[in-house]
Amino acid sequence: MLHRQRDFAEAMSPDPTMERKTAIDVAGVVKRFGHGPAAVVALKDVSLAIRDNEFFTLLGPSGCGKTTLLRILAGFEAVSEGAVSLYGENIAGLPANRRSVNTVFQHYALFPHMTVAENVAYGPQRLGRPVKEIAETVARMLQLVKMEKFAERRPAQLSGGQQQRVALARALAPHPKVLLLDEPLSALDLKLRQAMRAELKQLQRATGITFVFVTHDQEEALSMSDRIAVMSEGEVQQIGTPTEIYEYPANRFVASFIGDANFIVAQIDGITGGMAKCRSVRGLSFTLAAAPGGKPGDKVTLFLRPEKVRIEAPGDAGLAGMIQTMEYLGQSIFYQVDIGEDSPLIVAGRNRDDGGTPYKTGDRVSLVIGADALRMLVA
Amino acid sequence: MIASARTPALRRLLGLLPALVVIGLFMLVPVAIMALYSFLEANPFGGVVWRFSPEAYVQFLFERDLADNLVFQSGYLIIILRSLGLAVLATILCLIVGFPIAYFIARQPARLRNIWIYLITIPFWTNQLVRTFAWIIILGRNGTIELPFRWLGLLGADDTLGLMYSDFAIVIGLIYAFIPIMVLPIYASLEKLDFRLVEASADLYSSTFETFRRVIIPLAKPGIVAGSILVFIPCLGAFIQPDLLGGGKKLMLGSLVQFQFATARNWPFGAAVAMILLTFVVLCLLWYAQAARRAGAQSGALAHA
Ligand SMILES: Nc1ncnc2c1ncn2[C@@H]1O[C@H](COP(=O)(O)OP(=O)(O)O)[C@@H](O)[C@H]1O
Ligand SMILES: [Mg+2]
Repeated sequence: MLHRQRDFAEAMSPDPTMERKTAIDVAGVVKRFGHGPAAVVALKDVSLAIRDNEFFTLLGPSGCGKTTLLRILAGFEAVSEGAVSLYGENIAGLPANRRSVNTVFQHYALFPHMTVAENVAYGPQRLGRPVKEIAETVARMLQLVKMEKFAERRPAQLSGGQQQRVALARALAPHPKVLLLDEPLSALDLKLRQAMRAELKQLQRATGITFVFVTHDQEEALSMSDRIAVMSEGEVQQIGTPTEIYEYPANRFVASFIGDANFIVAQIDGITGGMAKCRSVRGLSFTLAAAPGGKPGDKVTLFLRPEKVRIEAPGDAGLAGMIQTMEYLGQSIFYQVDIGEDSPLIVAGRNRDDGGTPYKTGDRVSLVIGADALRMLVA
Repeated sequence: MIASARTPALRRLLGLLPALVVIGLFMLVPVAIMALYSFLEANPFGGVVWRFSPEAYVQFLFERDLADNLVFQSGYLIIILRSLGLAVLATILCLIVGFPIAYFIARQPARLRNIWIYLITIPFWTNQLVRTFAWIIILGRNGTIELPFRWLGLLGADDTLGLMYSDFAIVIGLIYAFIPIMVLPIYASLEKLDFRLVEASADLYSSTFETFRRVIIPLAKPGIVAGSILVFIPCLGAFIQPDLLGGGKKLMLGSLVQFQFATARNWPFGAAVAMILLTFVVLCLLWYAQAARRAGAQSGALAHA
């Protein structure tokens, strides 16, 4: 069985002539913990395809089943229903130690009784690689994560960030086909976390390994991923590039989980040439691209990102409103503007060189909404 | 200045005094008495004659012939070696049986673990003599093991499997008596083991066996060492098992001590045997302390980094 794993790893290098293969195919996976009525359904019918050499992120709030899905991919949990395949091979029956998949654990799980170098060498050793090759791999991996100087230390002698790097090096050392990362940055402080984002992305490019990255942090997901699957309560809500997810959220959950969003409940009055005329509950009217399947009379939710609205001095153009409250965040300023709807519209203003915030609470303003900024959500 | 520096030290000493008195009174004094007696002359009617004599130690290796010459005799040396051999064997077997038990308990849900630990310690609440007698019923002639053989006609009326009164019976008795004190320290170190490391090892292409060898055993080592020492020491000094299950013919160090005091009435020799036993125990503990210090130095270095 051992040489078979080695073949896995060697067959790794991406072939540019071929179309991008599917690395992982998750088809209709259901995962239940426990039996009968007391069972917890952690995953309800999850399907997704992760491409070869992709930085793929599972994003969702805590408890939505991200870790469970990752553990299924790693081979620590069996699916209740559905199938998982790795490069076309069904891996349902393959135990964790025979999958060419490595994991960076949430709490690193470094072997405390081994040095950093021994930790990194562990995987290649179990694969029966030659001693010389292992030494080279360890040196290369430690260099890759900038931990050469710490090779002889033990995990307890390292800071959180350093342990994180060792965990990364250890998981990369066997050169797996797929690297699974379970919230690897969550234990680091903000500055380090930001620095690591760029490094992880760069590492993924350099190694050409498919990354499946789990996080509940939308910024992390947006900044690193090629594609993101947004999950909620054991279901995939949307799969797409960061831009698609942010700009064209599939539903209200995705829109509100990623970034800030305004929602206005409205009804479609009429549709002409793909453009819908909508009227809000309080009688404001908007014209925007109709969602597919939308018909006159439908109740819809209109969605608007705070930074896509421009505040101007009161005038004919735009929506009239009054600033209710202001939240100064340094880089940006969040205004809550009363536009006569049930809830005020949140508008983000940038802190510009021309003197911070030109508006104050109580000011009457006019809100200019960009042509394509207002979106219709069906759900 | 000096007074203020001295006061806390003095106070510390005062605080430790009760413990020191207890240790001194109940440990050092008896050992000192034992050491003293081992260098006295035996009184044939029991007790000692207050005259210095190395006779007890000489007796270990030599016998006096009729002409009062010292002649080497290996009887007692063999008992020492037998004792060491049986104690080592019993300890190893205890480890082999005890480790899986400890592992099993450590993998139970937290709620069940205490129940299992309680069950493991239950035999401890029963008298050791009674528990050892139970083994006579199991291993003995027409005992629990022999009877089925007899019924099946595999064993003639006068035949016996000869399980009793053998080294085998002694070792069984020792394992049974001391398995809990092997299980408990191993459990204590396995319970602290982060089982995510086991997953990490599997993730890195380890078979179950490799994971066991390279992750679980090394991390359970403190418990394994502690358990082995805790079992080895009482095994070496055991006398109930050799007496009841070994038939009193296959002596061990412990039974030799007991025999000298209770039957042979040679107190100095009994005390000398006890001193030799104590030497083995102390050597064991020194080795353990050394190992612990090495482990401590390692983790100490960790703490300073
Ligand atoms: N071993 C388990 N037994 C029972 N329930 C579990 C187990 N593992 C996870 N769950 C449940 O499954 C759901 C998803 O958990 P998880 O995958 O850890 O979420 P996430 O990683 O997104 O925070 C949670 O409701 C959790 O309580
Ligand atoms: Mg999780």
